[in-house]
Amino acid sequence: MAKVAMTVNGRKVSKECEDRTLLVHFIRDNLSLTGTHIGCDTSQCGACVVHMDGKAVKSCSILAAQAAGSEILTIEGLAANGELHPVQAAFKAHHGLQCGFCTPGMVMTAIDMINRHGAELDEKTVRDNLEGNICRCTGYHNIVKAILAAAQEMGAAGRQAAE
Amino acid sequence: MYATNYHRASSIADAVTLQSSSDEAKYVSGGMTLIPTMKQRLAAPSDLVDLRHVGELKGISVNGSRVRIGAGTTHAEVATSAELKAACPAICHLASHIGDPHVRHMGTIGGSIANNDPAADYPSAMLALGATIVTNAREILADDFFTGLFETALEDGEIVVAVTFDAPAKAGYAKFPNPASRYAMTGVFVAKASDGSARVAVTGAGSDGVFRHAGLEQALSANWSADATAGVDVDASNLLSDIHGSADYRANLVKVMAKRAVAAA
Repeated sequence: MAKVAMTVNGRKVSKECEDRTLLVHFIRDNLSLTGTHIGCDTSQCGACVVHMDGKAVKSCSILAAQAAGSEILTIEGLAANGELHPVQAAFKAHHGLQCGFCTPGMVMTAIDMINRHGAELDEKTVRDNLEGNICRCTGYHNIVKAILAAAQEMGAAGRQAAE
Repeated sequence: MYATNYHRASSIADAVTLQSSSDEAKYVSGGMTLIPTMKQRLAAPSDLVDLRHVGELKGISVNGSRVRIGAGTTHAEVATSAELKAACPAICHLASHIGDPHVRHMGTIGGSIANNDPAADYPSAMLALGATIVTNAREILADDFFTGLFETALEDGEIVVAVTFDAPAKAGYAKFPNPASRYAMTGVFVAKASDGSARVAVTGAGSDGVFRHAGLEQALSANWSADATAGVDVDASNLLSDIHGSADYRANLVKVMAKRAVAAA
């Protein structure tokens, strides 16, 4: 057992856990943030994607101890003042989810790729960047649509902020 | 996962001390193979020594034609490095197609080559580029480094610090990814040195792991063109046969990927 401290959604947290505890279990069981999902046991599905120090990572393939001292952003940290994050809103508007199980990972992955590519994001890049996220309902088309729409909106918002 | 003890190293010397204090300690860098393997209980190191925070292992530098990539450099960093894109774009292309974005944010070049998965991408680049693997103890030529399936010349406790190579005149990489895992069912890295000689390394296909192909090297040294690969004979007898493809199928893939790699170079 060790004390693991990190910042999660802007809040400093510190919890005792075993060294073998995966980050996803730390987030779900120790912090009770159950929006981050576990969809497989083989590190393939991407339902557990969170941001660590600003980059999308699979929280099922990292020990909580490895993440100690880092800044973690989960799906719970996106909506502000009761308003959905633009990517969440785009998934809703474009029907980018059905059962919703993969959605937290999809949304965190989408934000990561928009952060890297901005409004320049094109369909091929979106599909390539969804390589690590599996959805068994939608057939991906509406997820891709939602991400492209959000990239346009966030890119436009970014440009307005810059001007 | 079985219980383990986590240690975070602050320097290479610190990591060596931590590793040597336990009989069954393993180094973990990005952990993109090791942690999933531990989850499956296929590996159970008593201790993990985390190298991700060791500054000495990080960074990319290009001095003249000599390229140096720190072992702790992630695939995403290699894929997007402007310096590397200018010196050897093929290695950026290779890195940008490893796993998925999440894996590329964590996985490192040092971890990939130290693990020497027979279907990993980087070992083929190291062999074809004639790279030198720099460890905390010595320098090892790539030709001597990769010794078999998941086996390398690394001694117990030895750490890959960096890889270095001369920027090639031309280089290309093409792989046929397994449709499910995206590991290379066959990947071929071709490199043409400044003196015109060609080196060709194949991953994903050999039953003993990554290997150089003499026939393709001779053909491309004589005539660096995609068509030059057509007449080369690829022997299937030392190639993998599994549910994904027979040895004969892979032998054909070696030629096709070599052709595509030269075309991309």
